[in-house]
Amino acid sequence: MSTTTSRALPAGLPAPGEESMTKPYWDGTRKNRLIVQRCRGCGHWQWGPEWICHRCHAFDLAWEEVAPRGRIYSWERPHHPVHPALQGHPPYVIVLVELPHADNIRVIGNLLGDPLQEVKIGTAVEAVFEPHDEADRPYTLVQWRIAV
Amino acid sequence: MTERTLRGKTAIAGIGETPYYKHGQSPHDEFKLALIAVLEACKDAGVDPRDVDGFASYGGDRSEATRLAAALGIKELRFSNMHWGGGGGGVCAAVANASAAVHSGIADCVIAFRSLAQGQFRRYGRGAVAVAAMGEDAFGAPYGLMSPAQRFAMKITRFMTDHGIRHEALRAIAMASYHHAQTNPRAVMRGRPLDEAKYDASRWIVEPFHRLFDCCMENDCAAAVLVVPAGRAKDLGQRPAYVLGGAQGGHHRSAAPVHNAPLYASSHFTTVARNLYDMAKLGPKDMDVVQAYENFTGGVMMSLVEHGLVKPEEANEFMIPSNLYAPSGRMPLNTSGGNLAECYMHGLELVIEGVRQLRGTACNQVPGAKTVLVIGGPMVTPVSNLILGTEDTL
Repeated sequence: MSTTTSRALPAGLPAPGEESMTKPYWDGTRKNRLIVQRCRGCGHWQWGPEWICHRCHAFDLAWEEVAPRGRIYSWERPHHPVHPALQGHPPYVIVLVELPHADNIRVIGNLLGDPLQEVKIGTAVEAVFEPHDEADRPYTLVQWRIAV
Repeated sequence: MTERTLRGKTAIAGIGETPYYKHGQSPHDEFKLALIAVLEACKDAGVDPRDVDGFASYGGDRSEATRLAAALGIKELRFSNMHWGGGGGGVCAAVANASAAVHSGIADCVIAFRSLAQGQFRRYGRGAVAVAAMGEDAFGAPYGLMSPAQRFAMKITRFMTDHGIRHEALRAIAMASYHHAQTNPRAVMRGRPLDEAKYDASRWIVEPFHRLFDCCMENDCAAAVLVVPAGRAKDLGQRPAYVLGGAQGGHHRSAAPVHNAPLYASSHFTTVARNLYDMAKLGPKDMDVVQAYENFTGGVMMSLVEHGLVKPEEANEFMIPSNLYAPSGRMPLNTSGGNLAECYMHGLELVIEGVRQLRGTACNQVPGAKTVLVIGGPMVTPVSNLILGTEDTL
């Protein structure tokens, strides 16, 4: 499993807050695992997180590991800094990644590598886990890189 | 069975606006701006403000109906309504909700309004400076995804890429708003024209489709419209702008969290546009003027497509400035300057401009305009829209 010690973005951006519904996801990323919701009632994957399965209305949602790879569904490259931590920072790439092997759920992260690289919808990507061990409440983000 | 419709049942009888200020430049408190707009709308209609008996708003307006009712000494409050959802998605819904109240007899004389002093409060275009991001933001803010421009950009990227629509189509939308603002004395961007070179040279906010001029302004302002039963509107001072249809909402799971809507590359009008046309008994070809909320020009592009006004495969050809300019363009668009160049009045300036077009008093008048389509803030949920018409359309 890939991890990275360098950071996609500068320090000072908001950390993911601790909430009961999403705790299994963030506990999973600390172990370098991508864990999302899967319904015990109908077997479908679900993301973003919710208390109920939107298909069968079961409240019995499990959290299961999914292979941390997918393809770029869409992307953007912000230039204008909207947060003090981004002042003076060069542009960066955000990708929306679709996971075809998990009912096409989508997840968000930064695309690692040259921030000015050409980005193409449909490109295969794989996850890179980015730990923030120094935080008051340590957390790990899930970033993406072009699959080799 | 009586037909369940708003078509022709209510009308906008009065319109009111404060001066439109640049962000942070209003000399007035946000609530005072709301009071001014309400009084102006009543004056325009020739109605005693004390006879207003309801208020409808959207976007989490801070000027509460009860405080307005107390401050204005209205005789009795019969309807107070806040439409869920952020941004200007609820602008047309506020008018339709007021209409529903009036038509059903819940109230008789309802103000739909919005007040927004972003200099006094927080701007939308800046990310929240918090230690921890909660809810859906927890999956965006740590990755630098936190402003409206950033939240919507990936919908636009996907839509434009899927259909091969070039950025020039969005440039035409920006140029139409700036073109119309140059003759509008209310417009914040009057005297600051936009040409192709200036647009192309403007800085990126977010690649690949948000240059500076693709993004709305942020302003300090308030506006209001007065909604009354159709029969009463005829007896008041102004030519009525009849509500021919109103719709709101979104398609299946359009609000699915963390960018998981099944139909993602959408302005969220696929079902809402259909419902609007059904109620109005009109179609896209019947619209004389189009007012389409520009939070971002890519959202306008998607909403025009989803309202059947432009085919995606024809967008590169059709979306040129001359087609969008009043008075003679094939589809006059945002004829007062809209959110880009008149004022970011959260879309209520578009409703008011629609009323002016039907009265024949717009500064970029489309000759003989009988119908106006108003499209509320695209890409949020719920979205809303409205068709207004003259008496001839009833």
